[in-house]
Amino acid sequence: MTERLFEGADWDFHTLQRITDACEEVALKDLGLDVYPNQIEVITAEQMLDAYSSVGMPLFYKHWSFGKHFAFHEASYRKGLMGLAYEIVINSSPCISYLMEENTATMQTLVIAHAAFGHNHFFKNNYLFKQWTDADGILDYLDFAKNYVMQCEERYGRIEVERTLDAAHALMSHGIDRYPGKKKLDLRAEEKRAGRRRQHEEEVFNDLWRTVPAGKSKTRSALSIERRRKLLGLPQENLLYFLEKSAPRLAPWQRELLRIVRHIAQYFYPQSQTKVMNEGTATYVHYRIMTALHQQGRITDGNFLEFLGSHTNVVFQPEFDDPRFSGFNPYALGFAMMQDIERIVTNPEDEDREWFPDIAGKNDVMGVLRDVWANYRDESFIGQFLSPKLMRHLRMFHLHDDPEERAGIRVDAIHDERGFRRVRRELARQHDVGYIDANIEVVDVDLSGDRRLILHHHVIKGAQLNETDAKRVLQHLADLWTYDVALIEVDANDKVLREYVVSPRPIPAAVA
Amino acid sequence: MPIHIIDRRLNPGGKSLENRQRFLRRAKSLVQGAVKKTSQERDIKDVLEGGEVTIPLDGMHEPRFRREGGTRDMVLPGNKKFIEGDYLQRSGQGSAKDSGPGEGDSEDAFRFVLSRDEFVDLFLDDLELPDLAKRKIAQTESEGIQRAGYTTSGSPANISVSRTVRLALARRIALKRPRKDEIEELEAAIAACTDEDERELLLAQLEKLKAKSKRIPFIDPLDIRYRRFETVPRPVAQAVMFCLMDVSGSMSEHMKDLAKRFYMLLYVFLKRRYKHVEIVFIRHTDRAEEVDEQTFFYGPASGGTLVSSALQAMHEIVRERFNPSDWNIYAAQASDGDNSYSDGELTGMLLTDKILPVCQFFAYLEVGESGGSAFDLSDSSLWSLYERLRNSGAPLSMRKVSERSEIFPVFHDLFQRRETTQEKAAP
Repeated sequence: MTERLFEGADWDFHTLQRITDACEEVALKDLGLDVYPNQIEVITAEQMLDAYSSVGMPLFYKHWSFGKHFAFHEASYRKGLMGLAYEIVINSSPCISYLMEENTATMQTLVIAHAAFGHNHFFKNNYLFKQWTDADGILDYLDFAKNYVMQCEERYGRIEVERTLDAAHALMSHGIDRYPGKKKLDLRAEEKRAGRRRQHEEEVFNDLWRTVPAGKSKTRSALSIERRRKLLGLPQENLLYFLEKSAPRLAPWQRELLRIVRHIAQYFYPQSQTKVMNEGTATYVHYRIMTALHQQGRITDGNFLEFLGSHTNVVFQPEFDDPRFSGFNPYALGFAMMQDIERIVTNPEDEDREWFPDIAGKNDVMGVLRDVWANYRDESFIGQFLSPKLMRHLRMFHLHDDPEERAGIRVDAIHDERGFRRVRRELARQHDVGYIDANIEVVDVDLSGDRRLILHHHVIKGAQLNETDAKRVLQHLADLWTYDVALIEVDANDKVLREYVVSPRPIPAAVA
Repeated sequence: MPIHIIDRRLNPGGKSLENRQRFLRRAKSLVQGAVKKTSQERDIKDVLEGGEVTIPLDGMHEPRFRREGGTRDMVLPGNKKFIEGDYLQRSGQGSAKDSGPGEGDSEDAFRFVLSRDEFVDLFLDDLELPDLAKRKIAQTESEGIQRAGYTTSGSPANISVSRTVRLALARRIALKRPRKDEIEELEAAIAACTDEDERELLLAQLEKLKAKSKRIPFIDPLDIRYRRFETVPRPVAQAVMFCLMDVSGSMSEHMKDLAKRFYMLLYVFLKRRYKHVEIVFIRHTDRAEEVDEQTFFYGPASGGTLVSSALQAMHEIVRERFNPSDWNIYAAQASDGDNSYSDGELTGMLLTDKILPVCQFFAYLEVGESGGSAFDLSDSSLWSLYERLRNSGAPLSMRKVSERSEIFPVFHDLFQRRETTQEKAAP
């Protein structure tokens, strides 16, 4: 019999090393995973709270909002309203996993399998992460961002920097390139570039230019709308990018700050699109690894039962009428789908052969799953692989709530022959980021007139923006643009539903 | 594949401290309001214990574009009885429906925990002690190390190279140690010399110089100096706080409670400014006595009321134990305002001649029954006496308090930053 990895609940660093080696053996040999090098760090509860407040990253620039989140998490943690995560994992190379010190040995095994191998494999192989994030460069880039923000504070004052960052944060969800095509982000090069840009500015600075009389500026009114839009790259849905490139009166350092916020938003973009898959993958991997370790006799029955207890809690899915219900649990849905795929591949029924001819009975579970993990995101994953059997098992149904409908909320489809495809399509759509975020884009700038920036919100299914928040965000936007900003909400037929116009607040000390 | 396992637990904590401070700075006025509000509701003992405060989220809001309303579609788990085409009553099925989108905007108030220091800082932020002029070296509580010249003995780590070399140079000049170029010059002369006799002479001279240079070393143990350090006492400013209270029968528990709250605030406040604060409790009826805190607040006593007895006691204690040139003296008197009429003159005299000249600050707090209306009708005998003194220029602070919630505002009022009052007075 193989040696046990540990006895009881206690662990030390040698235990962690043995656990990691054992997990790695299963992960690489049995499951054929492909991971970044691992770095495992043991942290305290306070450090976990620290990590929470800086969006899980080990280092981040300073901003009051992180302090707010820290205070909030700390208060709820102290009162016992909130437990802390067992781990946090960072999409970087090496892949850093933070483990809480108070986890038992079993829990450490679970989270190492979950984070250091499950998430790690997903980060390294999923196409979205490959396309949008630069795991090698992220930590260096964050370090650069932190220092850059600090330098800006020294040079231009904390208040000024804070104002710019506040505005950038408000627009963060609209600072993302949603479509690939541009070259892959290289954060290391990005950092060097910022340095060079600054140096160049300093080298070519000559105060004399200020005194040279400017020639009569050309009137742009002659420019056709088409040409103007082309010059500004309109329509543009990446608001931060647009401001960084085209806002008329931003100082170079402000543009750089917008750029930093934009890059960080972009870095997190894949995570928001792959919650179900990412957690499903990690949960499936930890389940496989733990089971394998138990079968090899490397963890005891007692430890395995402890693991099953935690695992069951993690993948618990309350039903819609349960007070604990708050939407689909990504762990539960993801794990259920992965297991379902395993079933379809190894032991399909006739229904599965009909629905999934490509994979049913293929028998290579890991091959199929690795392919799925690499090439899908939540929306396409659910759209492709949610099986009728699982829909029946979870007893899914689709509600359509039209406020105009007097009779109430209509049950549009249920888990039956007629409803399978509709339920699945609707659930996939719920996980489509393009559908969740408001569709807002810059459509025009009145350059010949008052330089008003014009945005459109394309309203889908009548869901308009929350008024107070929209006004506040637009205020930030106007402050950056430094001229009026108009946001027009239009429906699918281009009918104007609502119009906001916001003027910039006067800046106390003009930023020259 | 190499795996790094790192123990981060020993990393310095408080990584979020700066963010937290930024947040507090930004929310300062809100948090300060909350701190004042909570401190009123609290027991005096834990008034400054830190703890949870709630602030409105309004100023700290981080806006985002959010969508709401419209027609909604959702897929839910756990269907038990519905079939396609059923209608659900909105109110009935509300619970499941609301839990999703409602999440974002339910946090209109924001609760978090302040540490003790943060709490006290905010609590006392805009207050200032009057007249911090007197400070005296006494009560050495800490020792510091200070450079104190040079010494001929010490540890090698403390060797002062520059001083040593300088002394060596002085000695070499004084003893006329031959310089290197002098010898070289002589050697050159010898080499160039042709006359045998003169050569002999020069050689002898060279010998002599070389011997002398050997006798007088370049650096002598005598030259070596070490930097000297000395421990010095650090001056610590000290203060004494006198609590005077009337404990005659007319003082109710409520009134004592008010007085106690005031004293606590004053104590905490002094504690922040002075490292060393002593408290003297003097209670009086028609006699005054110095007592401990327990007796002061809870000990039973009865009798008439002679305020002058307390002032007299205070004066004696000051004379015996607290030399005004060494101590910052603060006094706060609490009373319901009763005093026997015959005592008025003596009280006034003691106060103006003996007490006020040595005090940094003297506050009189007149406590009343909660909701007592008679309180406002006519001034008590003590109040009118003090008011007269104040009008004739005595530096007295006096306030009336009858509700627990008034304590903080009154305290605040008394210690408001002085610049503002001066500014007001100046033009």
